[in-house]
Amino acid sequence: MSKYSEILFRPVFKENPIALQMLGICSALAVTSKLYPTLIMCVALTVTVSLSNFFISMIRNITPSNIRIIVQMTIISSLVILVDQALKAYDYETSKTLSVFVGLIITNCIVMGRAEAFAMQNPPGVSFLDGFGNGLGYSVILIILGTIRELFGTGTILEYEIFPLVQNGGWYVPNNFFLLPPVSFILIGLIIWALRAWQKDQIEEPEFKMSQNSPEIVPNPPPTPSSKAAS
Amino acid sequence: MIENYLNIFINAIFIENLALSVFLGMCTFIAISKKIEAAIGLGIAVIVVLAITVPINNLIYNYILRDGALSWAGLSDVDLSFVGLISYIGVIAACVQILEMFLDKYVPVLYNALGIFLPLITVNCAILGASLFMVEKDLYFGESVAYGLGAGVGWALAITILAGIREKLKYSDMPEGLQGLGSTFIIVGLMSFGFMSFGGIIL
Repeated sequence: MSKYSEILFRPVFKENPIALQMLGICSALAVTSKLYPTLIMCVALTVTVSLSNFFISMIRNITPSNIRIIVQMTIISSLVILVDQALKAYDYETSKTLSVFVGLIITNCIVMGRAEAFAMQNPPGVSFLDGFGNGLGYSVILIILGTIRELFGTGTILEYEIFPLVQNGGWYVPNNFFLLPPVSFILIGLIIWALRAWQKDQIEEPEFKMSQNSPEIVPNPPPTPSSKAAS
Repeated sequence: MIENYLNIFINAIFIENLALSVFLGMCTFIAISKKIEAAIGLGIAVIVVLAITVPINNLIYNYILRDGALSWAGLSDVDLSFVGLISYIGVIAACVQILEMFLDKYVPVLYNALGIFLPLITVNCAILGASLFMVEKDLYFGESVAYGLGAGVGWALAITILAGIREKLKYSDMPEGLQGLGSTFIIVGLMSFGFMSFGGIIL
């Protein structure tokens, strides 16, 4: 049992697809200015990645390896078409808000990456869990972003007023800055910083380090003006 | 006439920059922007592929998929637009494959320069995204050529700028948790604010 919960929850914090593996950032950013479309996007992605992992893993033993990318692409895009059509049928307004970003789940690297890295080597049940866990990891980051941006940008969460707005006789002046798309980049940067302060092993080694100020050892003495003039 | 094309071209480069305004192709954008040479190589590959695939997808959309497009074959009430996604990605994958074989045979210099970037491009959201935006904007064939080219140039410009900044930035002394990915995200955010200043321009 612990093995399954490990597969399910490791991608949420330890190997978060957005914060550590740099996957699936593409469609993540433009949809998070309100929480409701964000939630729809998370559901759409989680459904796609779990099911695509499941089906790709089912046929993994009969897929010739040299055409596997095309096979995976076909499965993934069929699933995305299903999701897209379902969304258009039941929630047309949100599908207009998300515009092309539902279609872009096809090229979302999480889906492709998990199919290649996990589903091709593991049985269907476990692959489904892995896909679901990665969908959750993606959703966690997106929901944090969507909540922060909607709360500070408009003072509401899911259209429900949290901070009473000035124009309704309250005290909060909405900060439209948070509704601008670039803010989501800065917020993700800060989330990564927070996550790495907690999970120290995710910190990347710098290519160059500041040398310590010790008078005895100078690793690379800077060229003095006189030596430059000599050369 | 020419003004209209120029307008779409400039608009796609600066105002609706694929990378910095609608955030497409972010995964490769952040992963391959450590070195300027690699960034330029990838940028050129994206320009070439976008300039080819967007017009082809435009033809497919206008003459096969859209509502009533099959009237030339006598099927005027057929609407195939729901298979759009799978056809566009198929066209993109096929084009990239053909381009790779063509370059390998006739232009080996360019083939070696582009290297692994060509196959990577199939799964770059910027390519599929540009085709989907082309459908959403309902462009004509000529306009789609201008749009594809402009979108590619804009993306290449953005990744080259980011690579330049990151090359300088690797010498700086940052807080531990921000090294690498964290700082890159914040830089892209600031660059994106810079590009927003083009937003008010009306050509």
